[in-house]
Amino acid sequence: MNKLPQVFTNGKAFIPFITAGDPELEVTEQLVYRMAEAGADLIELGIPFSDPIAEGPVIQEADNRALAAGTTTDKIFAMVARIRQCCQVPIAFMTYVNPIFTYGTERFMKNCRDVGVDAVIVPDVPFEEKQELLPFCSTYEVDLISMIAPTSNRRIRKIAAEAQGFIYCVSSLGVTGVRRELSNEVEQMIKLVKEVKDIPCAVGFGISTSEQARQMARLADGVIVGSAIVKIIGQYGADCVPYVVEYVRSMKKAIE
Amino acid sequence: MSNGHFGIHGGQYIPETLMNAVLELEDAYYHYKNDPGFQEELTELLNNYAGRPSLLYFAEKMTGDLKGAKIYLKREDLNHTGSHKINNVLGQVLLAKRMGKTRVIAETGAGQHGVATATAAALMGLDCEIFMGKEDTERQRLNVYRMELLGAQVHAVTSGTRTLKDAVNETMREWTNRVADTHYVLGSVMGPHPFPTIVRDFQSVIGREVKQQVLQKEGRLPDALLACVGGGSNAMGIFYDFIEEPGVRLIGCEAAGRGVDTAETAATMATGTTGIFHGMKSYFCQDQYGQIAPVYSISAGLDYPGIGPEHAHLYDTGRAEYVPVTDNEAVEAFEYLSRTEGIIPAVESAHAVAYARKLAPTMGKDQILVVNLSGRGDKDVAAIARYRGEQIDE
Ligand SMILES: Cc1ncc(COP(=O)(O)O)c(C=O)c1O
Repeated sequence: MNKLPQVFTNGKAFIPFITAGDPELEVTEQLVYRMAEAGADLIELGIPFSDPIAEGPVIQEADNRALAAGTTTDKIFAMVARIRQCCQVPIAFMTYVNPIFTYGTERFMKNCRDVGVDAVIVPDVPFEEKQELLPFCSTYEVDLISMIAPTSNRRIRKIAAEAQGFIYCVSSLGVTGVRRELSNEVEQMIKLVKEVKDIPCAVGFGISTSEQARQMARLADGVIVGSAIVKIIGQYGADCVPYVVEYVRSMKKAIE
Repeated sequence: MSNGHFGIHGGQYIPETLMNAVLELEDAYYHYKNDPGFQEELTELLNNYAGRPSLLYFAEKMTGDLKGAKIYLKREDLNHTGSHKINNVLGQVLLAKRMGKTRVIAETGAGQHGVATATAAALMGLDCEIFMGKEDTERQRLNVYRMELLGAQVHAVTSGTRTLKDAVNETMREWTNRVADTHYVLGSVMGPHPFPTIVRDFQSVIGREVKQQVLQKEGRLPDALLACVGGGSNAMGIFYDFIEEPGVRLIGCEAAGRGVDTAETAATMATGTTGIFHGMKSYFCQDQYGQIAPVYSISAGLDYPGIGPEHAHLYDTGRAEYVPVTDNEAVEAFEYLSRTEGIIPAVESAHAVAYARKLAPTMGKDQILVVNLSGRGDKDVAAIARYRGEQIDE
């Protein structure tokens, strides 16, 4: 059963991103359990990639740490299978198209369904190329999340019309990372989406403070935070769990 | 070809943030491709600024020495800025200017594409920033200073393997950061559509000239064309007008580094598998999980883990052949051409010269071999000296 519909039923959704295997998979597993308890409505697990072109330095370094620790796609699938024995928090994979394609797109999506991954977010597969993944996503009931950006303009309508699960609104130009200022186009982007389709919108890229989260949650159905959390993991390493939990709890509270 | 696909290869695998920019570029390109004013201005620049047409030189001593096919060298090394890169750059920067862009950014490996971009930006009055792997800024210090002289800002890229692949990553990241006033001058027949097509078209002047020149000199088409392949732009440029001429063998020479049976190689066709990276489906050096491999070649310009999608298609269909050439063979060819013909080739181009030394003797004396001499070797002299154990201050 795909668990995405429940993500947006508990007030505004808080969606943390962490890179699987950073600093090691045992820590990632603990983070998933504890972030779920702390109020995370969906957890984005990054499958590390050698060349993450949509990522700023913070997540690039997390990818490096995870790969250096020997993290592989197979080990991540095995970890999610373990998690699913006791924790049903919705999970989305965030990765690049090459790790999926090279693994075998069908095998990848089948494994997602078998272990209980609900969605995939693939920043280098835009609307024009989604047939690369969509047929297998459909067969195995894994939602392919669409992204819209401040440059999307007229593209938003056609992207929204065919979107599934929720829409990932990229809140600023550039790569992931902590930003002081967020784009003021988010409101307009979401308005365009909702004109076409009644689908939840989650805003990500650049959000770190509870004030920013609150501000975005007023406009959107959910808030995605990556670099700010990955930074904590980078700082505390294997001891990061309580710090991340505290942060997730405060962010969920801020947007309630 | 449709929608930027070459067989199964190509495509537009890039973040949504960049999609409008590449669609806009595609529109502008097809508009100006058929615009006589644009084409006239470009031809004027190519002829009176870059020095085209480049010579097709009969390498008589090399031919005599190898005792086989007649060898011609297509002298792209004689272009302004010293390589074929200027052909593409003049086209793209002119296009960027017509599109109203005020700033260009580019990746560079050896520095040749960066120098060419900085040159065209200086000429046409655009701001210019170049991204270059930290390791390459050290291997090619002279080119860094050259770019700065030309008014460009050079960023040393410290992520990943600190070479060409990472320079491309960083330039793409910068483009997502500031896309409205900025054009990304991609340096080879790679990346998302429409770049492989645009770059190929701007480089195809090489093959068109070769066809004319060889017909004039020999009254017939050549039997084989040789070109080195990094991303594949000088090779596509010389191949393109001959694809429909089945009697002409098209041979791309890849950098094998220390050998295709070692991990220190950049020979994509020999060691790679199908993947999707840098905006395109093509062949890449990668592991079973799709992690891009840290490749190696003595030549910074060929030190790239992928190859343009049109080459991947020419390989799939068997129309073109791709052969690996090691560091050692390339260095020997570098020295050989210098001594034999008095021409110091770029170490990239030396990969094609090396294969010519193997191929020519197997061909008949009535056959014709054209080698694309994509660049000149001044930039490589210190590195070749180092390879031979001599330390030279640049
Ligand atoms: C002289 C020369 N030849 C060849 C290349 C490789 O590029 P391509 O394969 O696109 O021709 C380079 C790249 O820097 C170069 O400088």
